Parts: sequence; structure tokens; C-alpha cells
Amino acid sequence: MRAAVIVFPGINRERDMARTLKLVSGREPAMVWHADTALPAGTDIVVLPGGFSYGDYLRCGAIAARAPIMAAVQAFAAKGGLVLGVCNGFQILCEAGLLPGVLMRNTQLKFICRDVHLRVERSDTPFTRGYNAGQVICVPTAHGEGNYVADADTIARLEGEGRVVFRYTAPQGAVAPEWNFNGATNAIAGIVNAGGNVLGMMPHPENHVEAALGPTDGRGLFQGLAEHLGRAA
Amino acid sequence: MKAQVTVTLKSGILDPQGKAIESALKSLGIAGIASVRQGKVFEIEIADGDRAGVEAKLKDAAEKLLANTVIENYRIQINGQAA
Repeated sequence: MRAAVIVFPGINRERDMARTLKLVSGREPAMVWHADTALPAGTDIVVLPGGFSYGDYLRCGAIAARAPIMAAVQAFAAKGGLVLGVCNGFQILCEAGLLPGVLMRNTQLKFICRDVHLRVERSDTPFTRGYNAGQVICVPTAHGEGNYVADADTIARLEGEGRVVFRYTAPQGAVAPEWNFNGATNAIAGIVNAGGNVLGMMPHPENHVEAALGPTDGRGLFQGLAEHLGRAA
Repeated sequence: MKAQVTVTLKSGILDPQGKAIESALKSLGIAGIASVRQGKVFEIEIADGDRAGVEAKLKDAAEKLLANTVIENYRIQINGQAA
């Protein structure tokens, strides 16, 4: 795994992400500054971490989505390269047009920082091959704007094409309003693009990877990615 | 030239901030408020040019950055007149 973690001003989860990528793959990721215009040669996955790029000015992720490095990320994604966006990274991918829809203010207006349950909807993506379809994982979340919204046609297309990869559910896996804490349409927590090579998700799998720190349910995502890329190499 | 770009949420998009402001106004006892939607106004100074050219530049700015057209509409005013 030759990961490139993109660093925007105001991002604060890039070290957690880099630590997890190293832990799982054994290889230190490249930290790529937003003002750069090229990804390191040989990059096989680009990661947009969480945080508050540009202080969430204008709209979450809006300014970062137009940063110089994003042209290289767009080109990388267009060639089928894997791109993972977590939290602010998901917001940036939506603003950049790499994923449809937008992340709006949580319906109850609160910033929510706690563990949540996600149902993994499919296991046949490079991002979720470390899980079983229908499996429920527990990972932390920390956001004020995670309420996924898109027009009805887009939602129908995402659902019809099986592009909703993670959904907020009860610990046993049932979708219910009380577990959809941010009000996301159809309890959507994570989606992939039409090519299946770009994933955006609000919760933070990179923070649940070590037994010393609690649950390790997030590890499967990174282990699956490492296996996928190891096989491709 | 002075221009204004006003960005508002499309109808049908839930606006939790507008809802919170609406209930705060109601709790202040200001009568007759039916609903509130929050938007943004950008006041832009732009180099003089022919009006069509300036309008095209502002439209470009709105489409590329100022508004997210998935959820927002925008309107442009140049020197106080609707573009």
C-alpha cells in the first residue's frame, strides 16, 4: 500500500490516519500538501482525512475541494485509483464532484462525537472486503455536518446501484430514526462512486484499530484495502 | 464595479439553521413569522468591464465556488441591478 494522505490547512485527523495506514500496511504513507500539484509516483490510494479544512468557511470542504492538489486527485480517480475520504474528506469529495450529494448540518444542530454503529451493506468493494455484508461495526463519529442529502433521483440511483456502503443502524443492524443521529437520507453513512473506486464516509474507522484503545472494528477497512492493493501489485 | 451574489437554499432542502433562527424569533415574541431560511450574501468588488463580461465572471465564480448548485440557488446583482 503506497498511500498518499492529503493535508489541507485546518485538517486535524491526518496523523491518526497516517498511523493506522502504517499500522496495517507496514508502510509509512506520504503526506502530500494541498498546494502540491502531483501525487508521489506509485501512489495506489489517496486518503482525504478528517478535520476542518479552511475552518469550514463557506461550506464544509468547499475550499479544499478547489485546492491545487485536487486536480491530481481527480485525474487519479478518473483512472480508477482508490480514493478514501473520511469525515471532512467525504465533504471534500462531494464538493469536488467526485461523489454526488452534499453533507448538511445535522438535523438536531449538534456536533456529535461518540461511537456509532454502521451496517456494512456489501463486502465486494476494495474498501469493505475485510467485512461481511450485513455485518455491524462500531466506529467513532465526530461531526456537525454529516446529514447526507441528495435529490430523489440521485438517492434512487445510489440505492439501485448498491452504492450505499455504510448505513447508521442499531447495534443489531436495524435502521431506525433514533439511530440515524444526524438525519441523513436513508441513514446513509458512506457511499461509493459509480466506478466503486471512491469511498466517502462520515465516521472514523481509523480511530478504532488497536485493542489497547478499545474496539478494533475499523481495522477491517484498512486491512481489506491492504490485501486488495497487495493482490493488485 | 460593485456586485452582490446572494446564495439561498433551494426549496425542499431542510435548513436546520433557519429553523433554529425561526424558533428564536418566535421566542422573542416577534409576531407573524411563518418561516425563516438562511442564506449568504457576497459583496464583491470587481474590475470594471462590459456588463456582460462581468456578469459571466460572476456566474463562473458562483458556479465554481460560491454556491453548491446541488442544494443552493444564486442570484447576481451588479451596481444594484439584477443581472
